[in-house]
Amino acid sequence: MATVKIPPVLRPSVGGEKTVSADGSNVGEVLNALASAHPQTQSQLFAADGELNRYVNVYLNDEDVRVLDGLSTAVGEGDTLVILPAMAGGA
Amino acid sequence: MSPSGAELLRTIKSQIQEVDPAAVHEQLGNGTVLIDVRENEEFSVAHLPGARHVPRAYLESRIDGVVPDRDAHIVLYCASGNRSAYAARTLSEDLGYTDVSSMTGGITLWKDRGYEVTVPRTLTPEQRDRYSRHLLLPEVGVEGQLKLLDARVLLLGAGGLGAPTALYLAAAGVGTLGIVDNDTVDLSNLQRQVIHTQDRVGEPKVDSAEATIANLNSDVRVVKYPVRLDASNVMEIVEGYDIIVDGLDNFPTRYLINDVSVRLNIPVVSASILGFDGQLSVFKPFDGPCYRCLYPTPPPAELAPSCGANGVLGVLPGTMGLLQATEVVKLILEEGEPLIGRLLLYEALGATFTELKVRRDPDCPICSRDPESISDDEMGVFPDYEAFCAAAG
Repeated sequence: MATVKIPPVLRPSVGGEKTVSADGSNVGEVLNALASAHPQTQSQLFAADGELNRYVNVYLNDEDVRVLDGLSTAVGEGDTLVILPAMAGGA
Repeated sequence: MSPSGAELLRTIKSQIQEVDPAAVHEQLGNGTVLIDVRENEEFSVAHLPGARHVPRAYLESRIDGVVPDRDAHIVLYCASGNRSAYAARTLSEDLGYTDVSSMTGGITLWKDRGYEVTVPRTLTPEQRDRYSRHLLLPEVGVEGQLKLLDARVLLLGAGGLGAPTALYLAAAGVGTLGIVDNDTVDLSNLQRQVIHTQDRVGEPKVDSAEATIANLNSDVRVVKYPVRLDASNVMEIVEGYDIIVDGLDNFPTRYLINDVSVRLNIPVVSASILGFDGQLSVFKPFDGPCYRCLYPTPPPAELAPSCGANGVLGVLPGTMGLLQATEVVKLILEEGEPLIGRLLLYEALGATFTELKVRRDPDCPICSRDPESISDDEMGVFPDYEAFCAAAG
């Protein structure tokens, strides 16, 4: 089980939780498990072609999965995934 | 019978070497060690070019550190040539220096002859008092405080983030604060925008911020830009600033300011807030990633709510704004480890900080290129820009 940190804008889609546990041996599987459990997140995370949306950053622990193996990056027990869309609030 | 002071001085002057200012002037930069033996306050007003400072009261204890070589060619001076005569005797008689002379007439005669003096930059007595807690820190000191006073920082927005940032940068003595904001103070701002006050509701935010800063620190010059930042005015406003503080409330302007900062090579201390969450990073062009490396495209409008639509805890911009101010001060002082290539997430309800790595994108549409090649037309533009801006209204 990996822990997935949910950003504020996605929390309504997962019942208000800040973290969610999800199964999977790589990033893609974990995020798909998340999307299966919380279908509203599907279109927020993934584009129609199954790739991550460009405006969503995903980190395995503290490293951007784009510089690892993307959705194929292996995820171990106890790893944390951070989902991070850009935020622009300042006022 | 003991000699009078005047007699002693005559005797000493007869025993030491004296040298005329004209001769000293010729020797400048010639390997001569020029030492000013006056007090701190006198030295800080003006001194001879290249002079080292060893007050006469500390001569015996400090001269070894300044001139270890006993055979160095030393010229001492004071205000009029008397204190330096006593000091010359001490160096040659008591400390074994072999080539010491005292300049006749001191800096007074030097100036009368029309020779140049150095007027060092320093802090006024009032500034020494005001910034005394900075001066105690070796990482700041007089030199660092002068850097702060010389610094030019541009604040984008005098809102939630800009308000605390501006207040603390002004208190710290950042000498020039540019503030870009075309909004007026609203009662609903006061829950977090601590630079504004109830009696200024309805006034332009730049005027309100200027008034607060003027009351806080008269060392700070505020440059007001009561405009909305856009492609037509951004270059003109940003040019000449050392650091940009981004507390903007919308994506198009964040991309615009990123592209300008890369083009002009100005670091951006960037923060954003929403609800109970904050993000912070420093984008220093070419030393680390830029905003586009982190966020190649903005999220769709439904995933990018504003504080106005979603709410924000009043203290949160204070926390994030002061983390921004801290990074600004560190960049000015060139001290510590700036938050370059790192993104700090703060979640207030859980009281957690998370740090993520941000890498430079080798294919970044902006910062992977020669900055000269970035054209006016492409600045601030991103994929689906037209649709994004249409949706955002």
